[in-house]
Amino acid sequence: MKKVSISFTLNGDEVTAEVPPSWTLLKTLREYFELTGAKEGCGAGECGACTVIIDGEAVNSCIYPIPEVEGKSVTTIEGIAGKDGTLHPLQKAFIENNGVQCGFCTSGMIMSAKSLLDRNPAPTRDEIRKSIAGNLCRCTGYVQIVESIEKAAEMIKGAK
Amino acid sequence: MMDYDYMKPASMKEVFTLLKEYGPKATLIAGGTDVMVNIRNRELSPEVLISLRGLHELRYIRKNDGYHIGALTTHRMLEQSDMVKGELSALHDAASQLGSVQVRNVATVGGNICNAAPSADTAGPLLALDATVVLEGPDGRRSVPIADFFTGPSKTVRKGDEVLVEFHIPEAPGRFGSAYWKHARRRAMDLPLLGLAVGLALSESREIFDARIGLTVAAPVPMRAHKAEEFLKGKPLEAEVLEEAGEIASSEASPRDSLRSKAWYRREMIAVFVPRMVRLAAERIRDK
Ligand SMILES: Cc1cc2nc3c(=O)[nH]c(=O)nc-3n(C[C@H](O)[C@H](O)[C@H](O)COP(=O)(O)OP(=O)(O)OC[C@H]3O[C@@H](n4cnc5c(N)ncnc54)[C@H](O)[C@@H]3O)c2cc1C
Ligand code: FES
Ligand code: FES
Repeated sequence: MKKVSISFTLNGDEVTAEVPPSWTLLKTLREYFELTGAKEGCGAGECGACTVIIDGEAVNSCIYPIPEVEGKSVTTIEGIAGKDGTLHPLQKAFIENNGVQCGFCTSGMIMSAKSLLDRNPAPTRDEIRKSIAGNLCRCTGYVQIVESIEKAAEMIKGAK
Repeated sequence: MMDYDYMKPASMKEVFTLLKEYGPKATLIAGGTDVMVNIRNRELSPEVLISLRGLHELRYIRKNDGYHIGALTTHRMLEQSDMVKGELSALHDAASQLGSVQVRNVATVGGNICNAAPSADTAGPLLALDATVVLEGPDGRRSVPIADFFTGPSKTVRKGDEVLVEFHIPEAPGRFGSAYWKHARRRAMDLPLLGLAVGLALSESREIFDARIGLTVAAPVPMRAHKAEEFLKGKPLEAEVLEEAGEIASSEASPRDSLRSKAWYRREMIAVFVPRMVRLAAERIRDK
C-alpha cells in the first residue's frame, strides 16, 4: 500500500506520520501514534466520540482525511493536561461532577467543551448544549455533563 | 478499508488537469462529510480523491453587487457571519442547524448543494434568496439559477469537469427579509423531513411586493412554489391571504411517502409553515 508522509503538530510536538493516504486522522491517532483517547463510535460523523481539536476547531477525526492534517495543529484528550500531569479544569470537573460513567463519550465531550470554553469562557446553558449536540452519551442523560462544563467554566474563571 | 490516493491541488488549473487525467476514477472532496461517509458505506469507491481544500480563495462571504459566497465556505462561517444573519437570514437559519459544530466546522455550502440530497438544508434558503450557482470548467465559467441546478436526487447539471466556485445572491428588492424552517423530529443532528424557506419583500405600505418560497423534501428536487408566490404578490399581510398561499404551495408540491415521513403530513406542514415563515420574514424586516 502506498504511504504518504504527513507532518503536523500533535499536542504541541512536531510529528510525522507515514501512513496510507486513505487513512483518517482517527485511525492515524489510534494505530500509528497509539493515542487511544479519541474513540470510534460510529465512524460516520454522528456520535462525536472521535472529536479532536484542529487549529482551534472541534472536528470529527473519523471523517477527517489524514492528508488534510499536513501543517495543522491537532489537540487530543491526551494533550490537555499540564506537562506535570495537572488535570485540565474540564477533566477535574467531569470527575468531580459525575460527568463520566462508562467513559466512551468522555474524551469527545471534553474536546467539544474545550473548543467552546477556549472561545467563550462564560457560555450559557443553551450554548453548552449546542456545543455538545454532536456528542452522544448513552449513560449520563447529559445533565451531569452540562453541569461539569459549567463547573469547569467557573474553575477557569476563578483561576484567572 | 478502501484504499485510494489523495491529491490536494493548490490552484484551479491543477484541479482541471487532475480531473482530466483521472476522469470518472476521481471524486472531488471539499469538507468530506458526505464523501467520507459514502466511502465508508461503500456507496463510493474512488481511486483518487481530489481535494478542493487547498483552494483557500474559494472561502469567502462578500457583499458588492449583491452577495458572493465561495463554494468552500463552511456552514460554521455562514453561522458566525453577522451579515448573513442580518441580511440573508434564511441561510443563517439553515447553516446554524446543519449537523453538529464538528460537522459545520468542515462541511461546505458547495458540498451541500453538489451532493444534491433532497433534504439539503441550504437548498431552500438559496432558492428563496434567488441564488445563482457559478460553475467553472477548463473553458471558463457559466452561471445557472439554483432553481435549474438540481435534476434529481444526487443529480445536478454540473459536468464532471466542472467545479462549483461561487453562489451569487442578488441584492434584494426594497425592504427584504427571509426565514427557513427545518421541520425535523429532533432539534439537533437530524435531517429535515421538510424544509421551507421564504424570501419576502414588502412595499412602503406593507404590501407584499415580492415573495419567493423554496421547498425541500417536498418533491424529487428542491423546488420553488411559483403559484403561491404569484398569489402573494400585491396582497396585504393578512391571515387569510397567508393561509391561502400555504394551501396553494401545498398543492404545488409533490412529496413522497418515505421512511421519515408521509406525503400527506408533508403537505399539511407546508400549509402550516408557509404562513409562519412569511410572518417571521416580515418580523425580521420590521426589526431592521
Ligand atoms: C453527522 C452528519 C450530519 C449531517 N447533517 C446534515 C444536515 O443537518 N443537513 C444537511 O443538509 N446535510 C447534513 N449532512 C450532510 C453534509 O454534511 C452536507 O451535505 C455538507 O454540506 C457537505 O459538504 P462537504 O463540504 O462536506 O461535501 P463533500 O462531502 O466534500 O462533497 C459532497 C459532494 O459534493 C461534491 N463537491 C463538493 N464541493 C464541490 C465543488 N466545489 N464543486 C463540485 N463538486 C463538489 C463532492 O464531489 C461530493 O459529491 C450531515 C453529514 C453528517 C456526517
Ligand atoms: S466516531 Fe467519529 S463521529 Fe462517531
Ligand atoms: S459516559 Fe457512557 S457514553 Fe457517555
